[in-house]
Amino acid sequence: MSDKILYAVFGDDEVALNAAKKVTSEGVHVSDVFSPFPIHGIDPVIGLKRTRIAIAAFIYGTLGTILALSGMYYFMIYDWPQDFGGKPNFTFVDNVTSFVPITFEFSVLLAAHGMAVTFLFRNWTLPFMKAHNPIPESTDDKFVLEFRASENEKSLEEIKAMVEAGGVERIIEKEA
Amino acid sequence: MEYTPSGKLKMSTYIMILVGIVALALGFVNDHTEHHNAFWANLLLNGFFFMTISLAATFFIAVQYAAEAAWAVVFKRIFEALMAFLPYGGIIVTIVLAMNSAGVAHMYHWMDPEVMDPNSEHYDALIAMKKPYLNQVFFWIRTVIYLAGWIYFARYFRKKSLEEDQIGGESFFWQNRTMSAIFLVFFGFSEMFAVWDWVMSIDVHWHSNLYHWYLFATMWLAFIALSLLITYYLKGKGHLKEVNDSHLHDLGKWLFAVGLLWAYFFYAQFLLIWYADMPEETVYFKLRIKEYGGLFFGTALFNFFVPFWVLMSRDAKRNPVFVVPVAILLFISHFLTYWLVFLPSATGGHDHLSFTDIGVFIGFLGAFLLVTFNALAKAPLVVKNHPYLEESKHLHI
Repeated sequence: MSDKILYAVFGDDEVALNAAKKVTSEGVHVSDVFSPFPIHGIDPVIGLKRTRIAIAAFIYGTLGTILALSGMYYFMIYDWPQDFGGKPNFTFVDNVTSFVPITFEFSVLLAAHGMAVTFLFRNWTLPFMKAHNPIPESTDDKFVLEFRASENEKSLEEIKAMVEAGGVERIIEKEA
Repeated sequence: MEYTPSGKLKMSTYIMILVGIVALALGFVNDHTEHHNAFWANLLLNGFFFMTISLAATFFIAVQYAAEAAWAVVFKRIFEALMAFLPYGGIIVTIVLAMNSAGVAHMYHWMDPEVMDPNSEHYDALIAMKKPYLNQVFFWIRTVIYLAGWIYFARYFRKKSLEEDQIGGESFFWQNRTMSAIFLVFFGFSEMFAVWDWVMSIDVHWHSNLYHWYLFATMWLAFIALSLLITYYLKGKGHLKEVNDSHLHDLGKWLFAVGLLWAYFFYAQFLLIWYADMPEETVYFKLRIKEYGGLFFGTALFNFFVPFWVLMSRDAKRNPVFVVPVAILLFISHFLTYWLVFLPSATGGHDHLSFTDIGVFIGFLGAFLLVTFNALAKAPLVVKNHPYLEESKHLHI
């Protein structure tokens, strides 16, 4: 399964954004974007849906709340009742006030770490994963739009002409 | 783009003020607490509540300048208008404090000279120990410094903003920025001491380090809620076309964030006192839980859970159907938490929330809105020549 890929390399995020706007308005599909920092406002242009990481964060947070509360119930009330400065033990309700800070911290911990791991996993950038980075300069000062022949009705030649009019610095073609 | 408040709006505020005056008179007549303490506490509560909304507006403007933030510049005039009530609220607070000083009202136990006199039968050694700080002369020096300082800075920010409209150039922005940095330092200390002096010293035997943070979060939230409601109101009337979804989303985020900040302070204060369980500290909560348990826990849970669950998602923060009712309910609920700060202490738990209290609140709200909308009408609704105006118009999140 061979596919032709065209990489358009830009020197400025605004120029890359405007080029993306121009080509997508003519029905060209941008397969991917590589940039050293997020390009503000490019997500809707290239047809990305809103991130669902907030939903993941909520699920991790809820998990943290449940784990913390049930853990403390088991450790402090059920398995070995603890006495906090003369506070009534053997009941969860009378002690829950002192469990709130840890529940809060644990929910934040799981939400934050869960989000980070999910994000890295989704981007295939967890430790020991092989970097998928066709143009290494895109981690430094270049902004790259990727076009695939298989995902576009227009030929790569036509797309090339379009991005050249839009101030591209360099064009690289590859077979995949 | 000049703005004039509609006749209907002005009429409503006049009616609200009338309701407030009637309620104030009824409240005085029906007040069966000692020395009419409930009446004076109510006056102080409302004067303080609405004055500190203006104070929070001044603080928020200073934060925007100090951080060189652009997002709120297009509707900055609403924040400026919300500062306008500061002197009026200051007058009300001063009147109540003066009445206490003169011995007409008796909210502050330490103002009674007998408790400081070792030969008197009312001598209280614990209060007498605080005499170097809690004495009338020093108290009034501090009160004048707070009020004069706040009013000076609020007027300065407003004046420079109006001059910027007329003359233009960056110099007004930098002047305001420098003064904002100075104000934030002054505010940090003055707000803390003002709350200790005017509010915490009602419970003269009791103290809490988190107390002023707890009150500060309420004033900040009430200010955010009002500026959000006024922004939606003006947008609904066809003004403020430059304000887009992102601006409203940011205001919704502030409502969410400050709402949770309040819950954090409330809980931090409550937890430490509950955990340590020392009688001289728990007395504060004991009175509130015993006499006002439903209101106390009801407002606390409401203030946390409603913004947390309703405003959590991005779509809800952008949708007036969710944000506007939450802002209104939180504003009322935070007023009730303030009620629980002032009235139980001043009356020793002998006064319960009544219709006259609500009437006085409505009256003060009417006066506050009248002053605010009059201030809005005095200047164009959108600033001109602010260096960050263009950036603010293009806010996109």
